[in-house]
Amino acid sequence: MSELIIAVRSLTRSYEMGAEVVHALRGVDLEIRRNEYVAIMGPSGSGKSTLMNMIGCLDTPSSGEYWLNGQEVSRMADDALARVRNKEIGFVFQTFNLLPRATALHNVELPLVYAGVSARDRRGRAEEALARVGLTDRMHHRPNELSGGQRQRVAIARALVNRPSILLADEPTGNLDSTTSEEIMRVFAGLHREGQTVVMVTHEPDIAAHAARAVVLRDGRVASDVRSQPLAA
Amino acid sequence: MPIWEAVTMALRTIRAQKLKSFFSLIGVLIGVMFLIAVVSIVQGMNVYMEDQFANRLIGLNTFQLRQRSNFVMGNVTREQWLAWQRRPRITYADADYIKARVTTPATFAMYCSDRMALSYNGKTAKDIELVGTEATYFQIKNYEVVNGRAFTAQEVRAGQTVVVLGDLVAEKLFPGLDPVGRNVTIAGLPYRIIGVVARQGNLFGLSMDKFAVMPYTAPARRYICPINILDQLEIQTAGPTQMQAAMAEVEALMRARRGLKPAQENNFHLQTAEGALEGWKKISRILFMALPGLVAISLVVGGIVIMNIMLMAVSERTREIGIRKALGAKRRDILAQFIVESATLSTVGAALGIGFGITLAFIVRAVSPLPAAVAPWSIGVGVFLGVFVGMVAGVYPASRASRLDPIVALRAE
Repeated sequence: MSELIIAVRSLTRSYEMGAEVVHALRGVDLEIRRNEYVAIMGPSGSGKSTLMNMIGCLDTPSSGEYWLNGQEVSRMADDALARVRNKEIGFVFQTFNLLPRATALHNVELPLVYAGVSARDRRGRAEEALARVGLTDRMHHRPNELSGGQRQRVAIARALVNRPSILLADEPTGNLDSTTSEEIMRVFAGLHREGQTVVMVTHEPDIAAHAARAVVLRDGRVASDVRSQPLAA
Repeated sequence: MPIWEAVTMALRTIRAQKLKSFFSLIGVLIGVMFLIAVVSIVQGMNVYMEDQFANRLIGLNTFQLRQRSNFVMGNVTREQWLAWQRRPRITYADADYIKARVTTPATFAMYCSDRMALSYNGKTAKDIELVGTEATYFQIKNYEVVNGRAFTAQEVRAGQTVVVLGDLVAEKLFPGLDPVGRNVTIAGLPYRIIGVVARQGNLFGLSMDKFAVMPYTAPARRYICPINILDQLEIQTAGPTQMQAAMAEVEALMRARRGLKPAQENNFHLQTAEGALEGWKKISRILFMALPGLVAISLVVGGIVIMNIMLMAVSERTREIGIRKALGAKRRDILAQFIVESATLSTVGAALGIGFGITLAFIVRAVSPLPAAVAPWSIGVGVFLGVFVGMVAGVYPASRASRLDPIVALRAE
């Protein structure tokens, strides 16, 4: 077995909503190894978004441990978390979340800006990442000049540009038609083949079927964890 | 994140929203424009007053012994005015007394004048400043006689009916003719024109060429001054230190001559260019004192506007902040981004203000005689204020932005 990238132990997260306490996660244990392709599934309210925020270091747990690539991130402060998000995690969102006024190239450069990479190196690396997702000829377009599939590919290029440990996708095909969804899934499969660890949150079984492993959450706990042969993309 | 990155980002945002940005920085723009324009105009005014007004009206290194000051700006009480009126006047004997006793090398000219009419061949020039004086007057006033000659000490002693005309008077009475050698009528008597003084130009829009100079001994003297009385004794020295020395001497001599006790005030006045400028200096001091207040008010207003614009920007761009945080922006990156953006906005405003201020100064220079020159320090202060106001205005919005929870921010519309 290859090394552990993600190790989550007895993770809980509760929120106070007025007088009520909502337990979004009630003790999750999860291990993900390098170059796995995992789909996290579950109905709404199952805690999958909360878990994704935890894995993405956007949120910290109420209790339990989270180790990412050998570092315990569950106890980290804001700035340290920002550094981990920058270096270890590549986000792909349902709504793409590109900066509307910036070109594709500039959007892809953004993580490198926060990593402190010099302007010249940034440009080269961003061009390379855009080439990987087949958008070399769209580099200088703004998001509103691109189709949904192209926007999501810009977002993938941005997620990859800092060579993260995990590619973390939240409903990556939620805003795309089925043809474009297949196209994005092919990109993910390609990246997985090249050795990228991919964690994808989705509620669509046919999208989850592209992954080699499906973790299903229910009521804040892992209900099932099934490994299968991924669909040939 | 490097500063330059943030500045480029801010400039891109400003470019994307030109009109909105312009309105948001108009307060700073006006404040800085005001600063540049007022400083340059007031300083131009200072230069003008010193170079032109005082030195041309009184003469370089020159002072005048008078009954009272003839440059009064500001309020004078009625009592003060009456006290001045009661002072003894300067007499021929006073002038002779001073001339004989001052040891500092100096040139003296007795002087009296009034408005008179000059006529030639049916034409009349009214309201001409007729000056009765000595031959040395031309030197003291730095009058260059371009046509003909000045009168001599001999002519003064003899009380000759000769006159030297100002340029405008010659032009008015003798259009197309050479006035030298012709006779002009003053107070019923013919005076021989012996010279014309070079054009002196305007001061505050008033011509400095409407004068005629004759010996103080000439018959028309009784129309411009009472007998044996002078308006002033002009005293010119070689330099500022000599002038101080001569003034001290004249003061002591006059006090002694009039028998003033140590506790008594002078009952005469020593008029200097400096003294003539006192009223103006007071005005310019007040302007310079009021200026920071006026500039501060516009900058405070400008700063508040910018702060509001930045608060709006933060709430409009909440999702952008969320994205940036998800991609690894630390709190201080977001803080720096918005402070730099605010400072850039405000500095652009200041730069425009400097541009408008300089333009205003140039317009003033073009349409008025004021040599309104832009003071380099005021540009420096303008830039500094722009950066400073922007940074201060940006702190609160930026800290709000930096404290946003990335999860909440990412969900924002």
